[in-house]
Amino acid sequence: MSVVTIVDYGRGNLFSLSRALEHLGATAQVTSEPAEIEGAERLILPGVGAFGDGMENLGARGLVGPVKRYAASGRPLLGICLGMQLLLDESDEFGRHAGLGLVPGRVTRFQDSPERRWKVPHVGWSRLKAGPPGWAGSALAALPEGERMYFVHSHFAVPAKPEHRLALTPYAGTEFCSALRAGPVQGFQFHPEKSGEKGLCLLKEWLKS
Amino acid sequence: MANIRVIPRLDIKGPNLVKGIHLEGLRKLGPPGEFAARYYAQGADELVYMDIVASLYGRNNLTEIVEQTARAIFVPLTVGGGVRSVSDVKTLLRAGADKIAVNTAAIKDPSFLTAVARAFGSQCVVLSIEAKKQNDGRWEAYTDNGRERSGVDAVAWARKGESLGAGEILLTSVDREGTRKGFDLDLIAAVSGSVNIPVIACGGAGEAGHFREAVEIGKADAVSAAYVLHYNEMTVGSIKEALSGAGCEVRA
Repeated sequence: MSVVTIVDYGRGNLFSLSRALEHLGATAQVTSEPAEIEGAERLILPGVGAFGDGMENLGARGLVGPVKRYAASGRPLLGICLGMQLLLDESDEFGRHAGLGLVPGRVTRFQDSPERRWKVPHVGWSRLKAGPPGWAGSALAALPEGERMYFVHSHFAVPAKPEHRLALTPYAGTEFCSALRAGPVQGFQFHPEKSGEKGLCLLKEWLKS
Repeated sequence: MANIRVIPRLDIKGPNLVKGIHLEGLRKLGPPGEFAARYYAQGADELVYMDIVASLYGRNNLTEIVEQTARAIFVPLTVGGGVRSVSDVKTLLRAGADKIAVNTAAIKDPSFLTAVARAFGSQCVVLSIEAKKQNDGRWEAYTDNGRERSGVDAVAWARKGESLGAGEILLTSVDREGTRKGFDLDLIAAVSGSVNIPVIACGGAGEAGHFREAVEIGKADAVSAAYVLHYNEMTVGSIKEALSGAGCEVRA
């Protein structure tokens, strides 16, 4: 039975995520204790809201170092939504903010497109298609391409290396990176815990990874 | 039209799912959890739970019902009715809600929207607007589940709500609610054209064509249904088929 440690840094609703993990037979431990995070077996960095706020909250709780050291250990780390964005080097959301720098790249906002008006935030169920590295050996391998997941976000990650862009999703005239993978560090821009049975299936695969 | 969501709405009174006309004249239909499970299995993209007498009695009894539902349902759950403090919001989120719908408390104190958005993120804040058409052709926002006038223009309130931190708008036509005569398309188009956040059309759906109109004419981002689902006249799947047949992208 997996024990999954969820980083609680005061950003958002962690109850749904805990409930989904427990439904899958894992034990969810929600904590803001640096030692528990650094020593976790398996770590999820969740989060909603603004990038700068998120980093500030992690910093204020003394969690930036522990999350980085955890990642350096090679144990599995999954960032969800804002948690995925924080894995990158920096964001231009409300000014420039440094991220955790675990995956090279940056975070940017959907741009207005000339041909039609796209609503931002992007809320709803959008398709995943395979990025440059393909899905073999990743949690996504269990799903057919084109499966829809539930998104709610205004910004998205742009990993510098194409081989980190595990999945792409079309929105607002672009194809943004909706899942990333850099060795043991993975990220989902969508909410697997809110994406029905297919989302649960992804979490289950990640628990096996 | 991309990614149109189909969202069953469950109005709750005490332990029961209820349905009325113009948000009044309620009939008891049974345990909400059974309906919620059925809609989840049918492919509902989200669910809305609304405690429709909470504002009236100054209480919120939804926590227990939300807890039971959230255990087995893994799509976003919006809960509303009588939410009036950040601590109410926290209690409902802890019970399993993902988003909180706010109407009366926000009209009384618009900064409440900002307070909830700061604490939990805008994605969590659904501004519920219950709009009723007035003689001058405009729509007024009503409070207390369509019972009380507020004097606030519904379209202007939608814009203000967005600027204060609402992440979505649940737009209910009090005139059409429970009538099955179709959505108030002018209302939906007026609000959807005024804000840049998603608008969920609610109130009046009676047949497949109504959902298409809400998206094509009203430019709704999501459609909500109650009567046709509760009485088994349609399923989430048949609503999606109708939307998909009209060229809207939906989740299969």
